[in-house]
Amino acid sequence: MIETAFTPFQSLGGGVLIGLASVLLMATVGRIMGATGILAGFMQPSSMSDWSWRAALLAGMVSGPLAVMLVTGSMPAVQVPVSTLMLVVGGFLVGIGVTFGAGCTSGHGVCGMARLSPRSIAATITFMITTAITVYVIRHVLGA
Amino acid sequence: MRMITVYLIGLVFGIGISISGMANPAKVLNFFDFAGTWDPSLAFVMGGAVVVAFIGYRFVLKRPAPIMSERFMLPTRSDLDAKLIGGSALFGVGWGIAGFCPGGALPAIGTGNNNVLIFMAALVAGIFAAKALQSMNTTKQAA
Repeated sequence: MIETAFTPFQSLGGGVLIGLASVLLMATVGRIMGATGILAGFMQPSSMSDWSWRAALLAGMVSGPLAVMLVTGSMPAVQVPVSTLMLVVGGFLVGIGVTFGAGCTSGHGVCGMARLSPRSIAATITFMITTAITVYVIRHVLGA
Repeated sequence: MRMITVYLIGLVFGIGISISGMANPAKVLNFFDFAGTWDPSLAFVMGGAVVVAFIGYRFVLKRPAPIMSERFMLPTRSDLDAKLIGGSALFGVGWGIAGFCPGGALPAIGTGNNNVLIFMAALVAGIFAAKALQSMNTTKQAA
C-alpha cells in the first residue's frame, strides 16, 4: 500500500475541468463525455465522421499529462500498488462491466449524475459500493 | 475547426484527470480504503465535476441543438435492469482490483507508464468479450 497526500484543491480543480470538458462536448458535438462509450465507438465506429471526433477527443485526452508536465515540470504520478496479474484481471472485469453497465465513472458518475438520470445514479451507487467492498476484501481480508 | 475544438476539449478532460488524481491507482484505491490509508481527495473530483456539469448542462440543453452537430445524443432509457446493475457491480470489482477506470486510464496513456498499457489491453479485451457475449444472446433471442 502506498500512502497518498490529501489534495482537496488539486482534486477539486481537476474535477471542475472534467465537468467543464463534459459541458463543452455536449455544447459542441452533443455527446456524453463517457470514456467507455467514446472508446467503444472509436474501436467500432458507425461512420468516418463518427470515428474522427472520437479520435480527436482521445488524442486530446492522451495529451493531458504532457500539458501538465510542460506547466509543472513533472508528469502526473501514476503509482500502481497492485501486481500485473491484478491489472490484467481488473482491466478485463472493468471492460466486461462497463459494456454491460453501459458506462463508467465519467459517463454515469459525472454526466449521468449531472442529468439526474435514474440509471446513472443506480449505476454509480452500485459501482462505488462494489469497489469499496473489493478494496476492503483485498486489503483487509486477504491482506494483499 | 471541429477537430481542433474537440481535441482541445479532450485536452481539458486529460488535464483535469491528470491533476485530479484519477489517473493514479494508488490515490483511487486509497479513496476506497476507509479502513486503511484513506485519502478522501477523489470526493472533490466527483463533487466538482458533477456540480459544474449539472449547471452547464442546464444552459446547454436549453438550446435546440449543439453547435457542431445536428442534435443532442442523450440516453433516453430510465428503467433499471439486471444488466445495468450487474455490469456496474462487476465494473466496481474490476476497479477495486486494478485501481484504474477507463476515464482515468485513457489520459494516463500519455504518461508512458507501461502499467497503463497493460490495463488498457485487458480493458479492450473485456469490452470485446462482452460485446461477443451480447451478440450471442441477441442471436439466441432472434432464433
